[in-house]
Amino acid sequence: MHKSVIAAAIVAAGFSTSAFADAHGITVGVSWSDFQEERWKTDEAAMLGALEAAGASYLSADAQSSATKQLADVESLITQGVDALIILAQDGASIGPALDAAEAAGIPVIGYDRLIEDPRAFYLTFDNVEVGRMQARAVFDLAPEGNYVMIKGSPTDPNSDFLRGGQQEVLQAAIDSGAITIVGETYTDGWQPANAQRNMEQILTQANNEVDAVVSSNDGMAGGVVAALAAQGMDGIPVSGQDGDHAALNRVALGTQTVSVWKDSRALGRNAGEIAVALANGTAMADIEGSATFTSPGGVEVNSMLLAPLPVTQDNLDVVLEAGWIEKDVLCQGVTGLAVCE
Amino acid sequence: MSGGLGKLIKTLQIDTRLLGMIGAFVIIALVFHVATGGTFLTPRNLFTLTLQTASVAVMATGMVFVIVTRNIDLSIGSLLGIVGMIMGVIQVQILPDIVGFGSPSIWIITVIAGLLLGAAIGAFQGWLIGYLLIPSFIVTLGGLLIWRGGAWWVSKGTTISPLDPNFIMLGGATGTIGVTASWALAIVGSILTILFLINTRRKHISHGFAVKPMWAEYALGAILVGAICGITAVMNAYMVPTRILERRFAAEGLEMPEGYTEAYGFPISVLIVLAVAIGMTIIAKKTRFGRYIFAMGGNPDAAELSGINTRLLTVKVFALMGALTAIAAVIASARLGSAGSSLGELDELRVIAAAVIGGTALAGGVGTIYGAILGALIMQALVSGMGMVGVDSPLQNMIVGGVLIIAVWIDILYRRKTGDA
Repeated sequence: MHKSVIAAAIVAAGFSTSAFADAHGITVGVSWSDFQEERWKTDEAAMLGALEAAGASYLSADAQSSATKQLADVESLITQGVDALIILAQDGASIGPALDAAEAAGIPVIGYDRLIEDPRAFYLTFDNVEVGRMQARAVFDLAPEGNYVMIKGSPTDPNSDFLRGGQQEVLQAAIDSGAITIVGETYTDGWQPANAQRNMEQILTQANNEVDAVVSSNDGMAGGVVAALAAQGMDGIPVSGQDGDHAALNRVALGTQTVSVWKDSRALGRNAGEIAVALANGTAMADIEGSATFTSPGGVEVNSMLLAPLPVTQDNLDVVLEAGWIEKDVLCQGVTGLAVCE
Repeated sequence: MSGGLGKLIKTLQIDTRLLGMIGAFVIIALVFHVATGGTFLTPRNLFTLTLQTASVAVMATGMVFVIVTRNIDLSIGSLLGIVGMIMGVIQVQILPDIVGFGSPSIWIITVIAGLLLGAAIGAFQGWLIGYLLIPSFIVTLGGLLIWRGGAWWVSKGTTISPLDPNFIMLGGATGTIGVTASWALAIVGSILTILFLINTRRKHISHGFAVKPMWAEYALGAILVGAICGITAVMNAYMVPTRILERRFAAEGLEMPEGYTEAYGFPISVLIVLAVAIGMTIIAKKTRFGRYIFAMGGNPDAAELSGINTRLLTVKVFALMGALTAIAAVIASARLGSAGSSLGELDELRVIAAAVIGGTALAGGVGTIYGAILGALIMQALVSGMGMVGVDSPLQNMIVGGVLIIAVWIDILYRRKTGDA
């Protein structure tokens, strides 16, 4: 068993007396796919907060990027008597046996952040199509007409096409009317900034610099795009991104990037905790507040909640500061004349 | 090769493989020039192409030595990542607090630290290979995983940016030396080339070797000087975009004069590649270290029996590879203006492909520095050209993979026909 499970079990034992009073001793089990990723620690803290507030206790296991270990983890959590399961699936397609085991034990399951294509799991994530819409919208507001370049993510990641779909929805009308022309569109191997830079350089050369806006699907690639634009003295034209990377937020403050769509993982963690407690108390999946039906790419209808991300632009940079997401000196390095940085 | 042309090439003593590679590059360039409607062979695109090639080219020269000694280094992409990351932390988070923000000593200290780190990691891997006799494939495969993970740990996955402005000049279009200095460099280069030809001829005569006829010497000199001047003219023909000039004048509170223009000249990163290429060629041809490398690659047992310390040699070769990777890390992160944990991903494959396309034999003992650099240039020309034409990246990868295999096949046919090693 992983150390964090033992530690969490000890913590859980400490909470159990007070938990008994208001949440009838509910225990929520969380199966992480790869807890070494830094961001999950943020999610976990938010989850713990929500569970504590509801008086529930917490158990966790880390599958260390192994789909096989994750199945064993889930079985072990069920054996330990959890009342609800939150699963960050390592592989959504091979998690089926874990759902069977949970169903047999009558335990509700939440598919956390990554889709589990099975109606028995409640899908909780950020709306990736909406991220794409927000990116395009922010760029479109500044460049309602002209030549657009679309820098897409990795060709092997389905999110790349979700994002691109959302971007297209916003731009479609303007493309049809001829106000916007897409002069370059490319996937980016591995979402790598260096590849995005090279592709952008080639597109600029080919288009003879006649580019008015760039819709980039994440912040890292936006960094490469801005470097390529800067080499032509074109930095400052609208460029989008997502993730709230520190370097990108600094670019937003500097004015070389228009928007970074930020998915506050603490909101995701908090919601997961609250929904888990509600499901454990017997609320039906369809009755969860804010629940809607989501049709997966494979055509499976699942109950879901898609949280709205937040587009961060120069106008609302104070949000990321107040949330403690970034330090002021990092955000404002080299920035002059911006109210947030004074 | 037959007929008058074959005879001419033989008289000029030009390597036919070199000619073949230049021919391949020219064909690729012409095809893309037509396919892009005339934008591939513009000074701007050729300038960008050299910038894009620089970091892989630097590493490819080191990979020649590694492969010649019958080893392989799979760790360099990850090594580039961790060295770039640590240099990023040093220049952004550590040095500004000590020497002050914007101090010119920042980039110097950063680069030295990076070189030492790269050489140390390379030497360590070389020690594992040479002294503990663990196969280089395994050591560097482990290194690929270890250093990539390490790059992540250095910053917990965040991207370090913006880098020091002086440091950025080492990799990007902001760091060019201008028209006058470029021509000065071209003249110095031409004079040195001619002196080298004269010196070589004198030496050959004094040792009683056969020499080329005088007209062949003149022709060779003219070709080389013409090439140097031609490349310089291209670099000097790429004008700085007006928007950048306007900003530069505006930053100093001046109005830009009507019709003012300025050209880029050689980028610093390309000069670094040239310096590395010349340095590595001298090491390969003129030093004992270089001769030992090829002797060991040709026949390791014979080399060891004749008294060459092949273990220490392995350590030195990998240390050199590490130092060159650090130089590549400088160029790559400076070009991007930031250091992220994915920097250099898959570069090991690009570098190995460049060396192999350049005629380095995986069986060891054979390889040239100029071949590796040309190999890197050909690969980059393919990728960049396809990017301009709008070929999507999965198809790009398939084409590059196919070209790699075909290039090696042609090389094998060539060797069989000419009876080369």
